[in-house]
Amino acid sequence: MERIEDKHGVKRYLIQITVNGDDRTLLVKANMLLVNVLRDRLDLTGTKKGCELGNCGSCSALLDGKPVNSCLVLAVEADGHEITTIEGVAQSDELDRLQDSFVENAAIQCGYCTPGMILSAKALLTRNPHPTEHEVRQAIAGNLCRCTGYVNIVKAVLAAANRPENEIRGVA
Amino acid sequence: MKEEHAVIGHSVPKIDGRVKATGQARYTGDLRFPNMLVGKILTSPHAHARIVRIDTSEAERLPGVKAIITHKDVPSRKYGISPARWDENIFCIDKVRFVGDKVAAVAAVDEETVYKALKLIRVEYEILPAVFDPVEALAEDAPLIHEEFPRNINAEIHQEFGNVEEAFSRAFHIRTDTYVGQRTYQSPIEPHSAICMWDGGKLTVYASTQSPHYFQYYLAREFELPMGDVRVLKTFVGGGFGGKMEPTGLEFGGAVLARITGRPVKMFYDRAEMFAHNRGRHRQIMELTTGVDRNGKILGCHANFIMDGGAYTSLGIASAYYAGALLTLTYDFNDYKFDMLRIYTNLPACGAQRGHGAPQPKYAFECHLDNIARDLELDPAQIRLLNARKPNTVTPNSFKINSCELTACIEKARRLSGWDEKKGKLPEGKGIGMAVGSFVSGAGYPIYRTDLPHAAAIIKVHEDGSAATLYTGATDIGQGSDTVLCQMAAEAMGIKYEHMKIVSADTETTPHDFGAYASRQTLMSGAAVKEAGEMVKEQVLEMAGAMLEVDPKELDCKNATIFLRSDPEITIPFRNVARKFFVDKGPLVGRGAYTPPKLGGSFKGAAVGTSPAYSFATQVSEVEVDRETGEINVKEVWDVHDCGKVINPALLHAQVHGALFMGMGEAIWEEVRFDKNGKIVNPNLSDYRLPTALDMPKVTSELVESYEPAGPWGVKEVGEGATIPTMGCFANAILDAAGVRVNSLPLSYEKVWRALREKEAEGKKAPKPIEHEEGYTGELAAYEM
Repeated sequence: MERIEDKHGVKRYLIQITVNGDDRTLLVKANMLLVNVLRDRLDLTGTKKGCELGNCGSCSALLDGKPVNSCLVLAVEADGHEITTIEGVAQSDELDRLQDSFVENAAIQCGYCTPGMILSAKALLTRNPHPTEHEVRQAIAGNLCRCTGYVNIVKAVLAAANRPENEIRGVA
Repeated sequence: MKEEHAVIGHSVPKIDGRVKATGQARYTGDLRFPNMLVGKILTSPHAHARIVRIDTSEAERLPGVKAIITHKDVPSRKYGISPARWDENIFCIDKVRFVGDKVAAVAAVDEETVYKALKLIRVEYEILPAVFDPVEALAEDAPLIHEEFPRNINAEIHQEFGNVEEAFSRAFHIRTDTYVGQRTYQSPIEPHSAICMWDGGKLTVYASTQSPHYFQYYLAREFELPMGDVRVLKTFVGGGFGGKMEPTGLEFGGAVLARITGRPVKMFYDRAEMFAHNRGRHRQIMELTTGVDRNGKILGCHANFIMDGGAYTSLGIASAYYAGALLTLTYDFNDYKFDMLRIYTNLPACGAQRGHGAPQPKYAFECHLDNIARDLELDPAQIRLLNARKPNTVTPNSFKINSCELTACIEKARRLSGWDEKKGKLPEGKGIGMAVGSFVSGAGYPIYRTDLPHAAAIIKVHEDGSAATLYTGATDIGQGSDTVLCQMAAEAMGIKYEHMKIVSADTETTPHDFGAYASRQTLMSGAAVKEAGEMVKEQVLEMAGAMLEVDPKELDCKNATIFLRSDPEITIPFRNVARKFFVDKGPLVGRGAYTPPKLGGSFKGAAVGTSPAYSFATQVSEVEVDRETGEINVKEVWDVHDCGKVINPALLHAQVHGALFMGMGEAIWEEVRFDKNGKIVNPNLSDYRLPTALDMPKVTSELVESYEPAGPWGVKEVGEGATIPTMGCFANAILDAAGVRVNSLPLSYEKVWRALREKEAEGKKAPKPIEHEEGYTGELAAYEM
């Protein structure tokens, strides 16, 4: 990884990441978190910060299709990888079936956990298109929601999963 | 009573669903302004200490630091929520009173620099003895936390209605039980943040708030500004649950930093700082004595409580009154006595958490009533039916109850849960429990004394008549008030939900409303919206009458079509009429305001607990207890609610789900714990355990038919009421399953396990003293179990 040093001796690294299909080249410090790159450098504020300790799941993003807490990933670790954030889930004006299902099933209240929830659910449906209720609960157990009791979130994910196959669009 | 409504009563999707599902929705922490700085507060590492010296010189020299402020740079006027108990300073002047008290603040170019600067501020403290337990804090020789409050008594309440001693003298059975609640924290997933900026003498604050109005009022007061020169805007808010009701150091400190630097400043809490700021549930020690007749009819009750308030009053004065006031709602008895001491301790301040002061006392009372039922060999459902409040009654503390379908709720919950087939008949280790609750639909009086209406609304119909925008100060923090109020506006005007736009919770563009607390908005803000909508409709029908050459009284409007009542085939589109109105007369605007009627008695504290209407609910839960490990597995929960007319069934049931979830967490896992120096040991979301998707049981949420005459279209509250019965309902199910009663929250596996072992040992020898868990201090141990 290429690096430069400023006049105070602080090193910065050149990283290349693909975010929602777009190539991005950035200069970051070694301690920069992926969540801060997404939010502060790329203005993708759909990725939320709730705890910065990997406990709440608000900052969930997909790294090469797998859900990660982006507050636990260093930007330099993401170098060369593909990242999907909530802004990349709907590829056009049309909502993804999961997003649509969250709206339709009253699965959104304050909405702060919603992006992370949708991404965790997205990763689940990509690897397991017809999950059981328990599998849905397992997949989102790392995403805390304080409003819904998860009742309608689970309902929304199951409803999305049971839509006809031809409506299914994979991620990344 | 069944009237057909076109818009209300339907589960329309949330108006902000799409922006939240796509990540477009911006919360305060997501906003950026040109030239913006980042700020943070330096807090105290000690629970009680005198500030000897603050040296900011080294921090000031750090490149990128733009301003550092201490108490010398800010107004010294004390603030708080209750005027009689303004006891907090923007930054501590003489001493700090808890780990996390505000000492100084920094603004710098970025977050990293801010954190570095905080570490470079040198504060010299002289450590003072601290006190963490309310009973110890009451002692004559206890350290004094606020000099003006002897024996650390922040509030003392003594109320008696009727004559409890006389009622007890008539009783067949009198029982006393003591329960202990614990400190919990609202834990919204969005951390608090605030962005402050000045334009000359005008302050603008973007805040994560439940009440832009109270923020505006208290900011204006602190900085001696006219309220018109303080603009508070709510962005999307990631949950509040009572924790974002009052302005914090983020707004006060941020405003000063922004003024000094001449730049926008974004302030924020991290998760640990949220726990330290707190304002969550109080810990209460609750002694209840109740006398009943031979049949189990309650004759009188004495509630004697002590509350750990933490270092400041916050909203706690209201919590203290609510704790006793709302105990009279669900059961019909005349003689009631309530004593309460709210005590200062060197711990974070407590305030209003979902259900305010009510859930813990209700937990205590519902356990206590089950014990009484056991003593008399009565079915818990039967004793509740016998005592259940009836409609059109008045409580001993002068709350007027209009609609009340509590009996129907109990009956329906009993039927749905299979109570009669299960109670006393489940296998070993399984149990079923019931509890009831009630809550206000908005507070009868605001937090500070004012004659302003409680809610107001303006509706502006667009020039071409194709849409209408509702301007309301009501605050959507996720519960869905924007959606519900748009449904109500559309219904009142006779147009479609899809035509509605909304601007809410911006003190400059929207009319006054007190905000999201005390479950007030559907009833109170809704009443103002209905009035505004009806004013629009009246003007439109008048114009349509002129256009059609008929008496406007003969016309009505539904689904954006105006029609002749006597011949609905004769129609004219709302849009055409509204457009013509604009052309002929200018803006088509409706406005409305809501002020509750004069409510309550004339005794001290009579205002707290008054409301135009009260919701009622019954919950039943079925649990399984592992007798070896004490582990509690919640199998299923049923909630049956009397919440009046329902505007949006999907959102309403979602409120019940969320309230039940919070109540379940609070019942079994959640507790803010402290070490012996008053430092929180679990200020994060792994050690402070919120239930996950895997923990949630099957939930059934049902309603009973109800109509509330005091609410627009008959509405009442739901958001907080569903939290009230939950803890008692679980405690009673655990008692039924395991045969042991744990008298302190949370009803943790460990406590259940200890109680089971103790019960086993009982037969063999006298019970040994219970070892209390690490982190507890002092007298409270006596109340454990």
